[in-house]
Amino acid sequence: MEKRTPLYDVHVAAGGKIVPFAGFALPVEYPTGLMKEHEAVRTACGLFDVSHMGEVAFEGEGALATLNHLMTNDFTELPVGKCRYSALCYEDGGMVDDLIVYRRAEDRFLVVVNAANKDKDVAWMRDHLLPGVVMTDISDDVAQIALQGPASRAVLARIAAENSLPTGYYTFTEHVDLAGIDCLVSRTGYTGEDGFEIYCAPADATAVWNALMEAGTEEGIMPCGLGARDTLRLEAAMPLYGHEMDETVDPLEAGLGFAVKMDKEAFIGRDALAEKGAPARERIGLEVVGRGIVREHEPVFFEGRQIGHTTSGTFCPHLKKACAMALVETGALSVGDEAEVEVRGRRVAVRVVGLPFYCRQK
Amino acid sequence: MNIPENLHYTETHEWCLLEGGMARIGITDYAQNELGDIVFVNLPEVGDEVVAGESFADVESVKAVSEVVSPVNGTVAEVNEELLDNPALVNEGAYDAWLIRVENAEIGMDVMDAAGYAAFCE
Repeated sequence: MEKRTPLYDVHVAAGGKIVPFAGFALPVEYPTGLMKEHEAVRTACGLFDVSHMGEVAFEGEGALATLNHLMTNDFTELPVGKCRYSALCYEDGGMVDDLIVYRRAEDRFLVVVNAANKDKDVAWMRDHLLPGVVMTDISDDVAQIALQGPASRAVLARIAAENSLPTGYYTFTEHVDLAGIDCLVSRTGYTGEDGFEIYCAPADATAVWNALMEAGTEEGIMPCGLGARDTLRLEAAMPLYGHEMDETVDPLEAGLGFAVKMDKEAFIGRDALAEKGAPARERIGLEVVGRGIVREHEPVFFEGRQIGHTTSGTFCPHLKKACAMALVETGALSVGDEAEVEVRGRRVAVRVVGLPFYCRQK
Repeated sequence: MNIPENLHYTETHEWCLLEGGMARIGITDYAQNELGDIVFVNLPEVGDEVVAGESFADVESVKAVSEVVSPVNGTVAEVNEELLDNPALVNEGAYDAWLIRVENAEIGMDVMDAAGYAAFCE
């Protein structure tokens, strides 16, 4: 039996099609369908229940050193009130997870991890803590709602206390009053649009959700399911654990070099990454030029030889074409090359394109 | 749920309309609703043989791909080329959006009538 998020009844009442995902019962789409949800986020805004995500607190004088030891990014200079993306690696450089670190105070951090990996992450991190830190899995005490899309700021401002919202991308504000409810709000997201992620107590989640739905009526706000979350992140070429990365893929291969600080103090996986040198594989973008849709785990061929496999693929609702990401031998393909992907025994022509597939106008 | 009386249905959610020796085949309203927004339909060619119980086409939504199984044996006489350009027609009207017409068609597997299919879907 899957866990229910605090918003389960809201989803059922709205006609959400409930599916099991990462141990939770969550809506994959609502009656108007994934395509319209996706487009709402690209043109106005959409609301996602992401309460399944895991939240882990790190506190104490050893918190910073622990995060720098566990993770590939460097949090030493991270100011209070800012977020930073990172990989979490095993000793061999393979990835445990990807996550976001929020610095709440000099010695107090919030780490947000993938739902499917939460227990594994917590166990791994617990085994590798440095002295002077208390790590607490607070996932069950936190609900999370994502408001995403170009109209997000205007909609959120309608129910927020004046000048209380975070302004810069990857910043956050504590104790934002949203419709009378105490929330932590960050300017983050997983859709390739401007947007916010809102953290509150589970008991308050329905009130926050309803206030946002009402505040966004004029803009045409739509509740969005897991389906649109996946097509939106794919169109924006954002990697997803279990697809673009896993324990067999290191963060450099996954294209996350920006979040790997090789020259900081030692961290778990650094020696393996240093020894490997330049990554043997790279993440690339493919656009289908033949007929059909390319999905994950399908072999990619170039000049008759398999050079890798797709990691995610779907029909991109906003771009109105089928796109896929693939992990291939470094340098085997360049933008503009034509290759083939084998889909259920049939070769489909694809063209290599730059990532992301979709980039919002800023 | 929309289940017309005059059709035959399979457990894999295809419908079949018999018109003399011809059969029209599509996917049911239940199937299109389960799949969600359909974005691609891969059809056979005129002249291909179809075999009852075997897949002859793919219908893909954003979320998933689903094989379409033929309830009949026969030869493809016509394919609905409109669906190649506008696959969403299957969502708009699953019983209008036939995929293929089959000649010399004979039902070659267990099928259900409307009442049986309605019960099966519950």
